[in-house]
Amino acid sequence: MTAFEMTHVSMTYGGRRRRVRALDDVSLSVEEHQKWGIVGQSGSGKTTLLKILAGLASPTSGQVRLFGRDLDLKSADVMAELRSSVQMVFQDPRSSLNPRMKISSIVSEPLRSPLVRNRPDMPTDHAARVAEVLRAVGLPPDCGDLYPHELSGGQRQRIALARALAPHPRILLADEPVSAMDVDVRAQVLNLLNSLVDSMGLTLIMVTHDLSVVRHTCDHVLVLNQGRVVEWGPTSTVMGDPREEYTRQLLASTIRRRTV
Amino acid sequence: MTLLAIDDLSVDFGRHHRPALDHVSLLVDAGQRLGLVGASGSGKTVLASAVMGLLPDNAHLTGTVRFQGRDLTRLPDAAFSRLRGQDLTMVFQEPMTALDPTMKVGRQASEVRRLHTRCSAAQARAKVDEIFTRVGLDPVSQIADAYPHELSGGQRQRVVIAMAVMNNPSLVICDEPTTALDAMVQATVLALLVEELDRVDAACLFISHDLDVVSSMCDDVAVIHGGRIVETGGVDEVLDRPRHPYTQGLVATARIDAVGPGQRLPVIDDFSSTSDLVQAASEQCDTPAPTRQDR
Repeated sequence: MTAFEMTHVSMTYGGRRRRVRALDDVSLSVEEHQKWGIVGQSGSGKTTLLKILAGLASPTSGQVRLFGRDLDLKSADVMAELRSSVQMVFQDPRSSLNPRMKISSIVSEPLRSPLVRNRPDMPTDHAARVAEVLRAVGLPPDCGDLYPHELSGGQRQRIALARALAPHPRILLADEPVSAMDVDVRAQVLNLLNSLVDSMGLTLIMVTHDLSVVRHTCDHVLVLNQGRVVEWGPTSTVMGDPREEYTRQLLASTIRRRTV
Repeated sequence: MTLLAIDDLSVDFGRHHRPALDHVSLLVDAGQRLGLVGASGSGKTVLASAVMGLLPDNAHLTGTVRFQGRDLTRLPDAAFSRLRGQDLTMVFQEPMTALDPTMKVGRQASEVRRLHTRCSAAQARAKVDEIFTRVGLDPVSQIADAYPHELSGGQRQRVVIAMAVMNNPSLVICDEPTTALDAMVQATVLALLVEELDRVDAACLFISHDLDVVSSMCDDVAVIHGGRIVETGGVDEVLDRPRHPYTQGLVATARIDAVGPGQRLPVIDDFSSTSDLVQAASEQCDTPAPTRQDR
């Protein structure tokens, strides 16, 4: 089943004087259980694309479909479906977790959303679900009483992941979930993300500029440059034998160990 | 010739905290590029701040930091101000916070020149134009007239690098200079940094948690963990044949490419003999250090 389908999506920001075309005629089809990496430089439109999929922004033109249904942000029914089946992990857990809320209420907040709380597939025992997802991300259940600042960066990103998993989503969106992390923490979070996505059968759409992370985690990749799709396909094809010059440049710019 | 000699340096922020630096000794020769790698909270930034004389007032420091033979820990503020920005400069991680948001970047850069050299405003401005051109800030006049927020991240870091090399320093300390930049911009900024360091013949203490970046930039590397230097040596020697278990873990976790797609990545905890060290490091992370936190 097709999870997400974008056809000819464009997005422009700004007014009459200065218009920025963040996305320019982007089409993309993500099948369920696939793991997509969206790569490109700063300003390539990666985050805009993810925002549109998450229903946080509405494209200027083009069509977005979620499980075959038009993603109409004005329809309460569609929004309920979107908020329960699509969840997001942001780049910086320090700004995406409310510093004044305890971990337990941060994690259970999606379950309390007025859009989804009456759905039959939502867990009713919030405390039990919080304990369950905290265990799934490798944190002790008693950390629910803590505040975000009492945790380390890696632990905070685990909380963001736990919150995303709480309403049993089918699709996980992640915006640079491991950039600006130490190598050790990055490895821990990636291991966790990979095992959760596999064991829960999730569809993953991850934005990153780290190509080694894409190679490790994603089976499909989409390369964006200045809002346009440069190239897409299975990771091994795109990264092993890129057709486009831009992709080659991107691959070449990765700083690697000098070989002696 | 030894340029910077850190000897038995310890820094703590009050008796109730673990020392941020624990008897650290390190040598940087003239023209040498030394990488300093370690995780968040390992003491990298405290070490840089100690050398630059930028530790907060509540820091307690013992040991010596000799730069060109002078002990910086005993240097009066006025003398330190003459040194800083002249012979000893720094490139910070986040160029947006390193630059004054209310001042045009051209004026900020010429201030660095005028504070340390006797020259007219016009001469300083000419120097700024020259350096900005060299670091690839084009068109110069337009960029010099811009405020930091009007520039891209890569352009801002070029401005900071220009300011760091303008007075021909003998040592430039770089604290994660490209962590905030994306891969392509990072590659060009690092290439620029190497070129400028070579041109002014400056030594560099290059702080990073990215082993690939350090290996591309530096001749030698020191590994810091829990406030202690655990291993030093040539880059290839340390990264190919790490002796200390912490370094072994660090090298293994950094190699995502060495692991098949989807397979479990090694973490530092896997290197069992380091578990006590990691424990010590996480205890240290629990106590909030009153320094600027890594982003």
